[in-house]
Formats: sequence, C-alpha cells, structure tokens
Amino acid sequence: MRARVVKPGFNFEYMMWLFTRFSALAMYLLAFIGVVAALIMGARTQMDLPTLLRWTFFPNPNHIRTSQIPSDAIAWINGFWKVMEILLVFLGVSHGFNGLRVVVEDYLGSSALKPVVRGLVFLLWIFMLVVAVFVILNS
Amino acid sequence: MGLNQKVGLFQGLKYQGGGPMLAWILHRLTGLGILIFVGVHVLSSFFMQQLGTGLATSVNIVYESWEFQVVVIFCVLFHAINGLRIAILDIWPKLLPFQKEALWLEWVIFIPVYGLTIFILISHALAGG
Repeated sequence: MRARVVKPGFNFEYMMWLFTRFSALAMYLLAFIGVVAALIMGARTQMDLPTLLRWTFFPNPNHIRTSQIPSDAIAWINGFWKVMEILLVFLGVSHGFNGLRVVVEDYLGSSALKPVVRGLVFLLWIFMLVVAVFVILNS
Repeated sequence: MGLNQKVGLFQGLKYQGGGPMLAWILHRLTGLGILIFVGVHVLSSFFMQQLGTGLATSVNIVYESWEFQVVVIFCVLFHAINGLRIAILDIWPKLLPFQKEALWLEWVIFIPVYGLTIFILISHALAGG
C-alpha cells in the first residue's frame, strides 16, 4: 500500500524530483566556488577555519561577524557575493521546502487535506524566500 | 491513509531495513532539522537586523553554543554526504548495484570528518570559547 502515488511522466512531481537532485549539486558547486574564491582572496593566512567554513555555507561578511574578514574588505562585500547569496538561498529554501512537502505528503497519504497542506507549504516557502532575500539585500 | 504500517523503528531496521533504512530515516530527520534551524536562523537574523531586540540576540547566543553546533553540524554533514550519494545513484542508475559499497563509503567519509570537526569544535569551546 503506497502512501504517496506518483504518476510517471512529465509532471510536477518529476520536475521537483529533478530539482532536488540538481539543486543539491548546484549548492555543492556554490560552496566550492565560495571556498576557492576565499582561498584566492587570502583566507589561508588571514582567516581562521571556522570563519572560512561559515563563509562557505553562506558568503556574507555579516555571517562571520564574530571573526574578522580580511583587510581588503571590498573583495568580500560586492555584488557578485550578493548574487551568490541570493542564488544559494533560493536553491536551499526551495530544496528544503520541497523536502518538507514530500515528508508531509508521505504521512498524509491521499486525504482531502492535501491541497490545503500543499498551499501551506507553498506559502511558507514564499515567505521564507522573501525574508531571506530581504535580509541579504539589507546587510 | 499515509504511512501507518505500525512497525517500530528498530523493528524495521532489524527486520529488513538495515543500513539503507537507517540512512533514509536519518536523511529525513536531518533534513527537517536543517529546515527548522535555517528557518529560525533567517527569522532571527531578520529581527536582529531590523530591530536588534533581546530575543534575536538570545536566539543567536543559543546557536553559537557548542552543544547546538554539534547537532547542527551532524545534520548538515550527514544530509549533504548522504544526499550526494542519493543524487549520484539517481543520476547514474547503472551504479545502483553498488548501493552497499556506496553506503559503506559514505559512513567512512562521514565518521572521520564529523568526528574531527566536533573534536576541534568542542576542544576550542572548552578551552576558552
């Protein structure tokens, strides 16, 4: 007895399945770019490891406020990093909320509440995206 | 009716599930853990940035405690490494016969990396924050 029925073919479920995999790989790529860029910009001698790791997860100077960013701060606070942050946040939040949708649908089955639950997850997704991008643009 | 097979977790793991089922359930739990952490973190950053209130500051202090970090790093590291295995096996299904080896490799990578990370983290935290 399947809990969540997925019809084969080009539908929403299939697209989200693909998105989950590709967004995960894309986030790996963004983290890799962050680390490599940080090392090129001098993180090896000017930054300690926890700072570098926090930068890798989210390339925002405010994310590493408990430690210092290197002296030529402009390389770390420009538009390129803002774009990277927004991309990372979009991929991460969407990946996460799709995961939430899958888990909830697994336990919900085919009840009449399904559209309500999907709507709630969708609203939460949009809300978190807006808040996160707002925080990024204001930092 | 949803998942209601009424079988306990350890029953499932011992009966047939084993390693793969453990990886599946941990992937779900760590995923939800990350969602909750990141969600609360984004919201508290928003309040910290806009209002600078005591509540936002206290939440951030909780985050920076080493106990919390140990749990969060487990969630992120496990979900990322296990997820990479899943993504690779999904994109190249020809590798599926090597599921067992992939799981073994995953634990071999995860345990030392996580162990080293929390060793450094806890020793730094206990030595002087």
